Amino acid sequence: MALVEIENITKNYQMGEIQVQALRNITLSIEEAAFVSFVGPSGSGKTTMLNLIGCLDRPTEGKIAVDGKDVSTLDRKQGAIFRGSLLGYIFQAFNLFPVLTAYENVEYPLVMVKNESPARRKKHVLEVLNAVGMINQKDKRPDQLSGGQKQRIAVARALVTRPKLVLADEPTANLDRKTAVNIIRLMREMRDEFNTTFIFSTHDPGVMEEAEVIHTLEDGRLSHSKQRLASVPEGKNDSNI
Amino acid sequence: MIRIFKIAVRNLMRYKRRTLLTSLLITLGVLMVILFSGLSGSFKAMMIGQITDANLSQIQIHKKGYVSSMDSSPLNLNLNSKGYAKIEGILKSHPAVDAWAPRIKLGAMLSNYSETTNIRLNAIDPEKEVRVCPDVGNRMTFGEKGQRKELIRQGEVILPDKLAKGMKIRLGDTVVLVANNKDGSVNGLNFVVGGITETVVGPQGKEGYMHIEDARSLLRMEEPEITEVAVRLKDFDMLDTANTDLESALAQFKNKVEKPVFEIHTWEKLSPFYNIARMIDLMAASMKLIMVAIVLISILNVMIMSVYERVREIGTMSAIGTTPGKIMGLFLAEGITLGLISIVAGNIIGLGGIFLLNIYKIRFSFGRMDNLLLTPSVNVSELLWLSLVVLLVSVFASLQPAYMASRMEPVDALGHV
Repeated sequence: MALVEIENITKNYQMGEIQVQALRNITLSIEEAAFVSFVGPSGSGKTTMLNLIGCLDRPTEGKIAVDGKDVSTLDRKQGAIFRGSLLGYIFQAFNLFPVLTAYENVEYPLVMVKNESPARRKKHVLEVLNAVGMINQKDKRPDQLSGGQKQRIAVARALVTRPKLVLADEPTANLDRKTAVNIIRLMREMRDEFNTTFIFSTHDPGVMEEAEVIHTLEDGRLSHSKQRLASVPEGKNDSNI
Repeated sequence: MIRIFKIAVRNLMRYKRRTLLTSLLITLGVLMVILFSGLSGSFKAMMIGQITDANLSQIQIHKKGYVSSMDSSPLNLNLNSKGYAKIEGILKSHPAVDAWAPRIKLGAMLSNYSETTNIRLNAIDPEKEVRVCPDVGNRMTFGEKGQRKELIRQGEVILPDKLAKGMKIRLGDTVVLVANNKDGSVNGLNFVVGGITETVVGPQGKEGYMHIEDARSLLRMEEPEITEVAVRLKDFDMLDTANTDLESALAQFKNKVEKPVFEIHTWEKLSPFYNIARMIDLMAASMKLIMVAIVLISILNVMIMSVYERVREIGTMSAIGTTPGKIMGLFLAEGITLGLISIVAGNIIGLGGIFLLNIYKIRFSFGRMDNLLLTPSVNVSELLWLSLVVLLVSVFASLQPAYMASRMEPVDALGHV
């Protein structure tokens, strides 16, 4: 069974008197441990898609199941509990808590969401900080870190609860090309190390090439999907799914 | 829980100046209440002490109708020995009563052989009087050095200070007291001025003193009579309860027309200072109300600003799985922390202020009483109550902003610019 099953979802927004269709009749599935990208221009529905998968929002029509659970009907509290137990989030603007150190930012979900013992918390936090190469920066506050370092901390925060799925909305949009590619590769390494499914959105062609599965959205519709084999050199392995 | 408060402190320190100013405002409110309570409480306690321990006593029992006509010192409303015995029987059997003393109140003409004026006198049994008004002797100065053993001797009169000064009467001078008895006949006797008494606030604060046996001679009483019985309780806090008990016990004695023979009053009904004391309590309550408003508005303002400034952060918290309850808890912890810091600071500065006021003593005059010394103090229970009120108001003020934060839709909060 796929980790994410999306069936005929539509999402409409009411903007004043105008109804905007953000997503239209999309059906797709995402397998476990996949490294998937939603691509498309601004306003194509990438963020809306991630919000629906992450049960931050509810579809107007259709059904979304994550890890076998229908997330399209969860209320605010159920959604939060579900996200805390199964999902990790990475944001375009990093969204680290400015008053906490890098270590404390990573620790936050374990304190506020998982409620783990201090010893287990420390073990897990140091493990992921080490994995993202930020162990030496753990005592710095976000304003003392570069953009790339902040996003590494955000990746560590997303992974520290050992989620099945990490959603990353434009995780490289605020980074230069080289750092952006490094972050995406770090995410892929983390997928390999922790066997976590990564779904990210981007409109950067250089970044999208790093994904193994690419779903392209245009005007709220899934225009096409393609799968690339990571081990094969770029440009030689594209195949329509 | 500790982590939540740690995060709350860090969030408060984001905007140091704002937090400091708000905390200072609340601290000032707490400080004002502590100082005002300390000063007004000390003033009230001192004045009530003066009134009950050095003048009126805590409770007085009279023949029915005496208090309403007490300004004319009516001798026809005196209690005879049978009445006094009945009252004594009641007082003896009540466990809260510590002591009682009979008094005769009379008006007289005082002459120093060159001038004459009227005077109100309180004729007392000195041994019994010091048991109901233990500080009455502290108001008096005597000719002999130091405090003497007897409060008043037969043949002596103790005059109010202002009256003695006005008539240029000194200690040891002989004066004449002339009084009408209840039949209207006049009698005059010579007395030696044995002491001078300080004036205290209230209608009975300007009375002179004489021995109860001298009053009986002056008024030519054939049978011993008294005007009132002054009562002191073992515990002043039992005043209302004991008064109610005694009132119902005395109500059993009826006259021929089935009306009560006696009436009983606490000091509150006899002294106008009670109204001043109530006014002081009202002012203290107003101060507390102002402080509550300061805490409420300050914390509500800071917390609402804090929520609106951190909408995206709230979205992030929610997105990574923080439940609405925990988001509410985080913001509540911020308001409570702000309140707690201010409570601690206010209490420390307030206690410091009280300590300083006790070192640099405050002296003042009240009415015709001079050189009164204030010794402000606050008790622990009052501080705890004050702290609890500030804490509860802090929680209440944080509730709405915290609830608002917890109800935010994560998708809208994350998209907030």
